[in-house]
Formats: sequence, structure tokens, C-alpha cells
Amino acid sequence: MVLFNPSHWFRDTFSHGVHPEENKRFTARKPIQRLPFAPELVLHLSQHAGAPSKPIVHPGQEVSRGEPIAEAGGFVSVPLHAPATGIVKGIELRPTAKGPRTSSIILETYPGDSQELRYYESRDVDSMTTKEIIQAVQDTGLVGLGGAAFPTHVKLAPPEGHKVHTILINGCECEPFLTTDHRIMIEQADDLIAGSKIVMKALGAERVIIGTEDNKLDAVEVLKSKLPADSPIEVKAVKTKYPQGAEKMLAKALLNIEIPSGNYPSSVGLGVFNVSSTAQLGALLPVSGGVIERVVTVTGPGIEKPGNYMVPIGTPIRFILEQLGFNGNAQCLVMGGPMMGSSVSSLDVPITKGCGGLLVLTESILSDQLDQITYPCISCGHCLEACPMHLNPCQLGKLAYKHRYQEMEADFHLNDCFECGCCSFVCPSSIPLVQYFRIAKSSNREQAMRERAKAS
Amino acid sequence: MYVVGALSFMGGLGIILASVLAVANRKLHVAEDPRIDEVEEMLPKTNCGACGSPGCRAFAEACVGGEKNPAQCTVSPPEMAVFIADYLGVELGNEEKKVARLACAGGKHVARMRAAYSGMESCRAAVVTGGGGKACAWGCLGLGDCEVSCDFDAIVMDRQGLPVVIEDKCVACNDCVEACPLDLFSLQPVSHKLWVACKSLAEGDEALADCEVACTGCARCAADAPAGLITMKNNLAVIDYSKNALATKLPIQRCPTGAIVWLEDGHADKGAAAKKIIRKEPLPIQPDTN
Repeated sequence: MVLFNPSHWFRDTFSHGVHPEENKRFTARKPIQRLPFAPELVLHLSQHAGAPSKPIVHPGQEVSRGEPIAEAGGFVSVPLHAPATGIVKGIELRPTAKGPRTSSIILETYPGDSQELRYYESRDVDSMTTKEIIQAVQDTGLVGLGGAAFPTHVKLAPPEGHKVHTILINGCECEPFLTTDHRIMIEQADDLIAGSKIVMKALGAERVIIGTEDNKLDAVEVLKSKLPADSPIEVKAVKTKYPQGAEKMLAKALLNIEIPSGNYPSSVGLGVFNVSSTAQLGALLPVSGGVIERVVTVTGPGIEKPGNYMVPIGTPIRFILEQLGFNGNAQCLVMGGPMMGSSVSSLDVPITKGCGGLLVLTESILSDQLDQITYPCISCGHCLEACPMHLNPCQLGKLAYKHRYQEMEADFHLNDCFECGCCSFVCPSSIPLVQYFRIAKSSNREQAMRERAKAS
Repeated sequence: MYVVGALSFMGGLGIILASVLAVANRKLHVAEDPRIDEVEEMLPKTNCGACGSPGCRAFAEACVGGEKNPAQCTVSPPEMAVFIADYLGVELGNEEKKVARLACAGGKHVARMRAAYSGMESCRAAVVTGGGGKACAWGCLGLGDCEVSCDFDAIVMDRQGLPVVIEDKCVACNDCVEACPLDLFSLQPVSHKLWVACKSLAEGDEALADCEVACTGCARCAADAPAGLITMKNNLAVIDYSKNALATKLPIQRCPTGAIVWLEDGHADKGAAAKKIIRKEPLPIQPDTN
């Protein structure tokens, strides 16, 4: 039915970008299932962008599932909630996916408990004012579940002078392998629509567009069947391409609006929210709950039972792998998608709010990658055609090779790069361009910090 | 006829412009101390920045202006500093030699790897990729960013993947301090002989499971040292160098891992109680177990 509809051949999209192999077939049709509670949960105090949360529990304290265990450490920060009923073992330094250890609340779950959600209170969202909604969203501990983990309530309070007219709900999920947003759109469509309405009310917007890609048309059908014809919520599928899920690309694809460099989407009247976050918002706000679990796609050739799982926040990946059949042959664990995710060096790293995928790669896949030799840049310009931000990765790469990081930032817009990895993906010389840019950015950040320290 | 016209025009133009330049040279002349050039000639011209000036020329200006002492150039041999001081007729200054020191001793033979890192041979690249493969989150990754950054060949990587600073060549230019993504290097005066070669904040057994030479935070050194010299902060011994005069070899004696050392003549002495490490080959990669 899809093949013979000419309108599908001319779907909108953004310019540039790449088409990596999707590999979503392993999990796209698998309904979301629950995983058991791990005996020990590790909750990082800073698993979101912004200030770390402040613990409000002490070692030895018993907590009930859904109970707040840490409060927000400022406006750009969120509280944490107990993902399971248990006892707080301590507040210790634990490894993160990024490497350095961070202070975390260790929760020992009660194996015999029913894990019933006793910590909730119904309320009428319709009668709440904007200010109350923003406070309530912060209290849920909701952050961008797409990966950036930016606190959602901050996005609901745009800077002075910015008027949001259109809300984009991001259901593109352009990363290969991942299918969490896809399943949420199908299985939690009611929550998603409820969440969209709350966001629309909080920002005073006129319409909502749920944007997805045309490899998820079943989700589009489900959502359309739930929406009346005159609804301000619209569902739109765009042409599948990576990295459509980036907010700037999505705005371009859906509305042909460009978000200027260094600006928030609200500067052009847009608000961009992830599908998972919006669905959780719709589910949590009416019951004043907190984010205690999230959907994670666990997939890859190294896993016996790939699928979409509802995982309590803080579950160590070792436990997930044990539950789903880890044959021990895996050589590389990636948190997030294969394009932008980062490989994990410890099995004790827990699932955080921003982690939507766990990819287990085996030796056979990796050996091709590892054997690749980096050749010199031949200035072919493939990366220029791939870069969705229209940067010049070729020139940036050459400068990075010579450690001219400041020049990259000043003259070649290094900070507009959001590390999607398209340039490295297409490079025929297999130059690790995006890695170079990450190094350059981290080096520049340190340099700026040193200069600030010197000035003060 | 044309030739004569052209020559006289160009010649006349030349004379006018030359006279403008001649006048400008007189009127706009900037008197510069000729000694600045002389001093710059005597400096090593490495532009390393160790003295705190942006380059050798700026340092020469500062010396002539009396803002800096010739001895603050740590790259010049001492005789040259004396020579410059004599030439300028200024104080030589008393600058103690500083060297870069690494706050880690966890080479491949003692520090456990929990994952294999394969990718760009750079510590900073490893740090942005899941923090590298080392079990200790604070430890030296051994990929040699500091070795590359050193313009004086003062850092060499040893067979255990740890950078070794050759003190005679080190000019304390700060390049390695900035290059290390884990902030393991710091510049220390050579008189700071007592040194904690560890930055791990992990608790005792946990630190020991990651690295055999980690500071376990047992506080024996703090107990043995004169009051206030060594304090324990977050499971790590911290030396207060303002009381460096009190430092002796005594605090290192009971350290069970040899994390606190006495540095003298380019050699690190461990205490008598330190566990002897005879292993030379790297430890196998071993994922976390608990």
C-alpha cells in the first residue's frame, strides 16, 4: 500500500545526512516487556544536564518505589525518585558511562516486595497554571529521554521574548538499531497525546506536530486513529535519513525552518520534545509520579533475546545482560545508538535517564572496524556532502590533526558540530573525524576554564 | 622622449616617497632599549612560556624593565642566567628549579584493565570514549599525550606505559600539565621530596582491587608524619607543602602499597613495608567482578 502512493516518494527531509543500515528489524515488532528488579540499583546524582541532584536520604533509610530520594540542585536540575522499594545502602562513587566516577545513591531492592507503586497522588492537570505545571514537571524529574538528558521543565520556560507557536514531538529515532520511540508511539499513544496537550498548554502553543520517519508508518497509523480530525495535534512522517532526530534537522524537515546557530528552538517559535519524554510526562503528571523507569532497546548480535524493555533507572548493565542471555562473546558495549552512543568500559555502569539503547557488538562486526587503516585525507569532499550542519569536516579534520583547536572554533564553527558522526561514516580514508572534534571541543573547554580561572 | 619622461616621473616619485619615509623615520622613531635585543639573543628562544611570559622576547623586555629576574628562565643554563644578570646589572633572583611530577604509579604491571581500548593513540581520545580501559578512573592511561606535548624530550614512556620525567631536561613549561586530560601532572619544586603518587579517591579495598600501588587511605603516613604535614582527604593522603621543611623519610616507611614515595636524585624510594612488585608483564584484561 505504501509503495504505490506517490506522495510517499516525495516526503520532506533536511539536506545532507547519511543512510546507515537500519538494523531495526530485530526489535521493531517486539512489544515492551518488563525486566526484573536488579538486587542493587545505582542512581547517579548527575545523570542529567545541569547541576547534580542533592540526596535527601541517608544510608540505612527504607524507601518506597516512586519516593523522592534526591532534590533538584537548582533550576536547571531535577530530583531523583526511588525506582524500587528497598533500603539505601550508601552514597558512593560509582563508574559512569563517560568514565569518571560520580557520586551515586546505592539502593538495595527488597526481593520479596510486591514493588507496588504506592507513592502517588492524583491531580487535575487541566486546572493547573503554567507556573504550577513547570514546577510539577520539575518534580517528576523528567529530562530529555532521547539522550541529551536536558531537564524538560527548563524547555517549558523559554527565555524572555521567545513565543512558542509550534511544538515538535520528536519521534524520528534516526539512530540505527534503536526502537524505543517506535514502540512508545504504538503502545503508549494515549500517554503521548496527553503529554503533548500538557506541553501545548504550558507553552501556549497553537499546534503540535508529532514528527516521525517513514520507516515507522505503523506508529503513524496508530496515532492518527486516536486523533480526531480537528485536533491541533498532527502526525507527519518524513523521509528516513540520519540524523533527522537532531532538533535542528527536524525543524528543517517538518517546517522548513532553520534554527540559527547557537540559538534555542524557541528563538524561532518552536519547542522540541522527545516522544519518550512526552509520553512519560503524560503518564506522570496526572498522578504526580517521578521518572523511575524507561524503555531501553537492548539489541545487537551479542544478545540472545533482543527487545524493548522497561528497565528501572539505575539497573547495572551487567544485570540486563545476564537476564537477556549474554554469551560472553561480545567485544563492545555501546550505550545509546551506534552513531552517537559511547562505548562503555565497565559492566557496573547503570542505565541512566538519558540512555535509550544498549548495543552489544561481537567480534565479527568489530574486526572490520578495528582492521581499518586511517589513510590521509584526499579532499574528496564526501564529508561536506554528508554534514547536516553544512560545516567543513575536511578542513576541521586537517586543523585538528595539527592541534589548531582554537582556529577550528573561531573560523570553522566547531561548536555547531553536534557530533552526529556522518563525516566519519562516509570518509573513504576512515579518518576518525568526529573523534577529533570531540577531542578539540574537550581541549577548548579546558582551555576556556583555565583562562577563566586565571582571570578570576 | 617617452623614456626620459617616464624615468623622470618615476625618479621624482621615488624621491618624494623617500623623503616622506625619511621624515617619518625621524618623527615617529620609537626609542627601544638595545639591551632587549641583546638579552633576547642570550635566551634559549624556545618560547616555552615556563617563565610566565608569552615568549622569549617578552621575557627579555620584562628582564630589562626589572619586572622579572633572569633566573626565572628555567631553560637557560645557570651560567647564562648569571651572565644576563651581570650584563643588565640586576639581581639574579632566586628561582627554585621545578619539575613536572606525575601523581600516578599504576603501570600496566600493577593496574588492572577492565576493557581493551582500541582507537586513536591519544589519552584525550580515550577519555572521551568511555574513559579508556583502565579500572582506576583516576589513573594514567599511558597513551602518551604528555610525551607528544613535551618540546624538550623530557618525558619518555616506560615499558609499563607510564611517563617518566627526566628531571635534567624538564624546564617546567607546563605543557604536559595542560596536555594530561586527567590532570595527573603538576609542577613541583625539586625540594618537594615527599610525594603521593596516586590520585584515586576510591575506598581501600576497592582502590587496591584496581591497582596494587594505589593509596588505600589507611592514614599510616599521616599518623607517622609531623602534625599537619599529611592529611587524609577523601581516602587520599594530601601533603601540605607549606610545611615541607618538616618532611622526612619516616612517613613512607609503613605505607603498605608504596603509594607515598621519597624522590631523590631521580629515584623514587618506597618504604620498607611496601609490597614488592616483581611482575614485569602487563596484567590481563579482566572485566569488573563483584
